Amino acid sequence: MTAILTGGFADPAPQSAHAFRALLEAMARPGRIHTVLGAEPPAPLSVAAGVTLLTLTDATTPLHLAGAYDCADLRSWIAFHCGAPLVSAQEAQFALGAWEDLHPVTQFKIGDPAYPDRSATLIVEMPELTATGARLTGPGIAAEARLSLPETAAFQANRKLFPLGFDVILTCDKRLAALPRSTKVEAN
Amino acid sequence: MTDQAYNFAYLDEQTKRMLRRALLKALAVPGYQVPFASREMPMPYGWGTGGVQVTAACLTPVDRLKVIDQGADDTTNAVSIRRFFQRTSGVAVTEATAEATIIQTRHRIPEQPLSEGQILVYQVPIPEPLRFLEPRETETRKMHELEEYGLMHVKLYEDIARHGEVSTAYAYPVKVEGRYVMDPSPIPKFDNPKLNDSPAIQLFGAGRECRIYALPPFTKVVSLDFDDHPFQASKAEHNCDLCGCGTSYLDEVITDDQGSRMFVCSDTDFCATRQAEGHRGRLSPEAA
Repeated sequence: MTAILTGGFADPAPQSAHAFRALLEAMARPGRIHTVLGAEPPAPLSVAAGVTLLTLTDATTPLHLAGAYDCADLRSWIAFHCGAPLVSAQEAQFALGAWEDLHPVTQFKIGDPAYPDRSATLIVEMPELTATGARLTGPGIAAEARLSLPETAAFQANRKLFPLGFDVILTCDKRLAALPRSTKVEAN
Repeated sequence: MTDQAYNFAYLDEQTKRMLRRALLKALAVPGYQVPFASREMPMPYGWGTGGVQVTAACLTPVDRLKVIDQGADDTTNAVSIRRFFQRTSGVAVTEATAEATIIQTRHRIPEQPLSEGQILVYQVPIPEPLRFLEPRETETRKMHELEEYGLMHVKLYEDIARHGEVSTAYAYPVKVEGRYVMDPSPIPKFDNPKLNDSPAIQLFGAGRECRIYALPPFTKVVSLDFDDHPFQASKAEHNCDLCGCGTSYLDEVITDDQGSRMFVCSDTDFCATRQAEGHRGRLSPEAA
């Protein structure tokens, strides 16, 4: 029980500020990997995904938990530290899970043509995250970037929807990177 | 001295989360205006409440903040916003462009090229570039949705028909990554080329109008023009009278009631740095 009450930010204002700067830089420069600290969430949640939830979610952001992440410990931890209502994939503003558990990713909100910002942000837990693999180009990238994406087809299909589409934050242990819908992805 | 009665950087954490979510979506759709729940700030609308909220959402305790108003560090708006953040967050401040990690600006982009790791926050009065052509939000939203930007070209064409050239000199509309037409805030069109392919992150906040938009680094930003009337970044045809610079954006200052005037760099940090390096202009005092 006590594990649920601990593991949040000890000093929320500066810690969430540092975490958000990492998220901002990550979203602005797709493929760039940042290290974040401050959360100690229960398993199976990684530090980076925990920090992302603490920084971005609250009672106003419907959250979907997929696969192994939809467990009692995590539900309780999120209820206490974020207060985000847990919902189905179709209603979610944020979704958390391993890539295969989030499939089919076409079930998530891609926004409205008049309001493309009303789309889901997927927090994808990765077994590893390195600056190798798929080739990324687009806004935020000077020439090209590389990132170990779980696949390329789904991101290429998502890019075709621009300005609609979902955005992705990839997390692994203490590290995170982002892949906004604006990025063009090519298989290596 | 930090005012302990307030949360770090004034805003409460729930408000910052709302702002931060909007900023991430704005970066994901460059040039698109994301609605946000703008808060009442302890300063009037028109004084940069949008920029202040964006800065507050981005600020960390280790940042070094620079605030400029029309290029100047020492005008009322810049001084009061800088003091606001000194009081509520205790962050370090600077006037040197190169030393700043966050620069909040009203209506200028610094002369010195920005670098990676810097964030430029614009204060925006009217975020909608089509607003003076179409007052209804429902219609302008539809026009953005359908990429229906013909009206903007008609406006620029009417400029040419009346004046022989595009007379729009500030808030000159741009197209971002070939998709959204965006108002770069009332910066002079001299600054428009600096929007393109910048290594810094550029964030725009409009407090009264409740909109946030953004340009990630290395984003293609093109000023609208015509093949036979290409875009021209214009400035006063003079050199700075204090530092002699011939390439910076100039303010014209009336110096007496006999019609005398001088031209000085609008970027005070840029001008002071050049003077310290020994550059002299037409009206510089003689070396002691």
